[in-house]
Amino acid sequence: MSEKTTQVASKTPSAEDVALIKKFLNDTTLFLGPDPEIMQNHDLMPRSAEEDAAMKGISDAHTVAKIRDRIQAGCDEGYEMVEQMGAAPGAKWGDIITGVYSASGDLAIASAGGVLIFSALVHHPIKFIIKNWVNEPTVGVREGDGFIHNDSRYGNVHNTDQSMILPIFHKGKLVCWVASTVHEGENGAIEPGGMPSMAESPSDEGLKMCPFKVVENYQIKRDILTFLQNSVREPKLQYEDMKVKLFACLRIKQRIEETLNTDGPSALIATLRTTMENVRAEVKRRVSEWPDMTVRTYIIQDSTLRENCVVKINCKLTKTGDRLIFDFRGSSPEFTNRATNTIVAGLKGMLAQVFLCYVWPDLPRGQAAFAPIEVITDPHSIVNCSYDAPNSQSLMSIFTGFTAGQHAVAKFLYSCPEKYTKVHAPTFNMINTFIWGGVSQHGETLGNLCADLNGMGGGARADLDGEHALAPIFATMADIGEQELNEEDVPFLQLVSKKMTRDAIAPGKYRGGQGYTMIVATKDSEQWGFMTTAQGAKIPPIQGLFGGYACGCYPLSKVKGVDVYDVLQNDPSKFKHSIEEIMNERPFEGASYSTYHMGMGFEISKRGELFMISQGAGAGYGDLLERDPAGVIRDIEEGLISQGVAERLYKVKFDPVTLAINQEATAAARDEERKARIARSVPYAEFIKTWNKPTPPSHLQYFGCWGDDVTKLYMGSADKFRDASTPRPNYMTHPKDVRIAELEARLAALGAMGGEKQ
Amino acid sequence: MKVLMTEYLRIDLETENWECRVCDHVIGSAKKSYKEGLLVNNRDPREIHPPILDPEKYRFTFSPDPEWVRILEFCCPSCGTQVETEYAIPGHPPLYDMEPDLPALKAQWAKRGEQKTPVVGPAVAADKGHGH
Repeated sequence: MSEKTTQVASKTPSAEDVALIKKFLNDTTLFLGPDPEIMQNHDLMPRSAEEDAAMKGISDAHTVAKIRDRIQAGCDEGYEMVEQMGAAPGAKWGDIITGVYSASGDLAIASAGGVLIFSALVHHPIKFIIKNWVNEPTVGVREGDGFIHNDSRYGNVHNTDQSMILPIFHKGKLVCWVASTVHEGENGAIEPGGMPSMAESPSDEGLKMCPFKVVENYQIKRDILTFLQNSVREPKLQYEDMKVKLFACLRIKQRIEETLNTDGPSALIATLRTTMENVRAEVKRRVSEWPDMTVRTYIIQDSTLRENCVVKINCKLTKTGDRLIFDFRGSSPEFTNRATNTIVAGLKGMLAQVFLCYVWPDLPRGQAAFAPIEVITDPHSIVNCSYDAPNSQSLMSIFTGFTAGQHAVAKFLYSCPEKYTKVHAPTFNMINTFIWGGVSQHGETLGNLCADLNGMGGGARADLDGEHALAPIFATMADIGEQELNEEDVPFLQLVSKKMTRDAIAPGKYRGGQGYTMIVATKDSEQWGFMTTAQGAKIPPIQGLFGGYACGCYPLSKVKGVDVYDVLQNDPSKFKHSIEEIMNERPFEGASYSTYHMGMGFEISKRGELFMISQGAGAGYGDLLERDPAGVIRDIEEGLISQGVAERLYKVKFDPVTLAINQEATAAARDEERKARIARSVPYAEFIKTWNKPTPPSHLQYFGCWGDDVTKLYMGSADKFRDASTPRPNYMTHPKDVRIAELEARLAALGAMGGEKQ
Repeated sequence: MKVLMTEYLRIDLETENWECRVCDHVIGSAKKSYKEGLLVNNRDPREIHPPILDPEKYRFTFSPDPEWVRILEFCCPSCGTQVETEYAIPGHPPLYDMEPDLPALKAQWAKRGEQKTPVVGPAVAADKGHGH
């Protein structure tokens, strides 16, 4: 049966119709999901009428500076409170922040220490609250209220980070917001510690809190608190840190009220808005001093944390006049069932750290510094994933995105006479640390991580080596913590800790700062395990700068079938203090020794078995043959590099016993090496004839564009791809199924399947 | 006027050429990638990042996997200075990494005057700290 229909010209709805349709849709919204209007925008909100009036009333720069300093001091005070009282390891070691936001939700002033990206991305949930809860009769926003949030689809990086958000009123009128954010760790995901790499959908990622009210009359609502405690593995931590964040916010509120009482609300509002607008204008001025240019780079992720593959983060950075545009098109498609995707706001937040931590650290820390900078991405890509894609390991993509930005920016800065920092090679960018969980020696259920993730090696600078184990790329003022304090709470020891990993180098005229070895073994619990979540065991996750080299690779090593505590008690001389010696010499008879990539899913450990990793090195800067020979010898003396590697790479000639440098022989060896370089190299045009290939290599699972064609995104092989603007699912097979299929194929080839029915 | 673009490269705004800052060799037109005027070596990454773990015993050794990534080393054909490295997937075309807008560069530097030495940037001075 068919039915004929007659086409009727559509009628353009009148303004009245549009208003009615809008009201109908608003009244019948079934689900307030993540709002693209909020989540895709990182610029400041338009200046409001209140702000405009307030700014007209305050023309005295000294008043603005005085109020800004007071608010800044209040934020720092709140930060100190969280750091001193917080229960989460992240709180103790600076993975926290506090900030003050305008009435429209923009971050105006943040604490001087801590993880700026946290607060730089809390404007999204505040704007969600403003848009949806202020006029919602069942919720509302009143004095004494507090809102909690951790779902990165509504803002921020990943759902280990919990925020407490308070509106601040003056005489019944909302004047601003304050917020405190902590990397809490545990969130009830399928793996302990809050960053599950095994998550295959958002439903595997644990507690995901869109912004909701959890505080009334400045009291935490006990019924909701109990629900939240039941949703995570660390119920006491959940309560303690909610209280800590609330009281930090209240302290900042107190400082704001002092300002309101002395200077009035207009002065405060004008200060917040003036600060943001001035920073935004200054950023555009500074950008205009850079050369007009396009810089291209790419960073490779070598795994999804579940399997090794090649995942491209593609970056083209263009500066024209006072515009700066990051173009990440051509980066890998999102993974439908892998957790390394990020929402685009997370990428932007991390790019902001390039500028506020490494390029313009003198600017007030807030949202405005990145506000005028533009970002372009493909939809449903690994750097702009859909809301249905898991993103609990978004750090993998925001950190490699950061490095692409840092690498590209350095090439603009070199020629610019106006510098606020030295030109900087990429810092190491992976969280090489142990995430842990289980039942402690005190019978408590725990799930969190070692602060060693904060010990990333610094990149070399234009006239200096990189600093060792300096700071995480997301917080230049964080600490790596005291392992001995940690060991009071957890049932494992770091048997080797903070010892530089020899020969894990990033050479250059100035070498990168190196990373240190971590060897852990469980001691006092039968229910304890570890996981690691980093890339870079097959391909370095950074690039070198101006002829310098990147870092090498960093695998996970395990020794099983040994109780190292028995060894230490009975024959301590057998224990060695480096991964190199333990793995190569194999001192423990009967034990098994093995290596892996750094995406270890949560694994229960037995007493005395060794898990061994290393933090990574920042990139090198310049031609390594220009390195001062004395610097090379100092690296040998400090155990950073072995004599053989130093001599072979840097072409330094020295006495192996006294380490006295033979300057003449060194100069001759280096001259020789420069000639050898020319002899073994070929002209570019000749080189690309054999090197360039039209598609990705068949032996690699490759994701992203190939070459300059950013319209075609490969999805695992040369014959599987998608149009960049047309999203398609991108499923990965379970690594165990891949392995079973391989083994079954081998059995079948041997005729050993035994006639098994299919 | 010449603009110092990287540690080893400058652009002569009059001739519009890339030049080597170490030996003054004219590398090529600044309207193209400077890499086109350099020599290239396809380096096995294990030679730069030596295996710390015995490669005979282990799959992962601290060295990059040479089947997965290569280091493209670009050097000046005249003096052999290593100007740039690029960690590249095998077969991936080398990047046109720096594409300056020459007219804009000329206009910008016309207002500045030539700089013979690069501006390094501010040093972080050691704080004397708090003492008693």
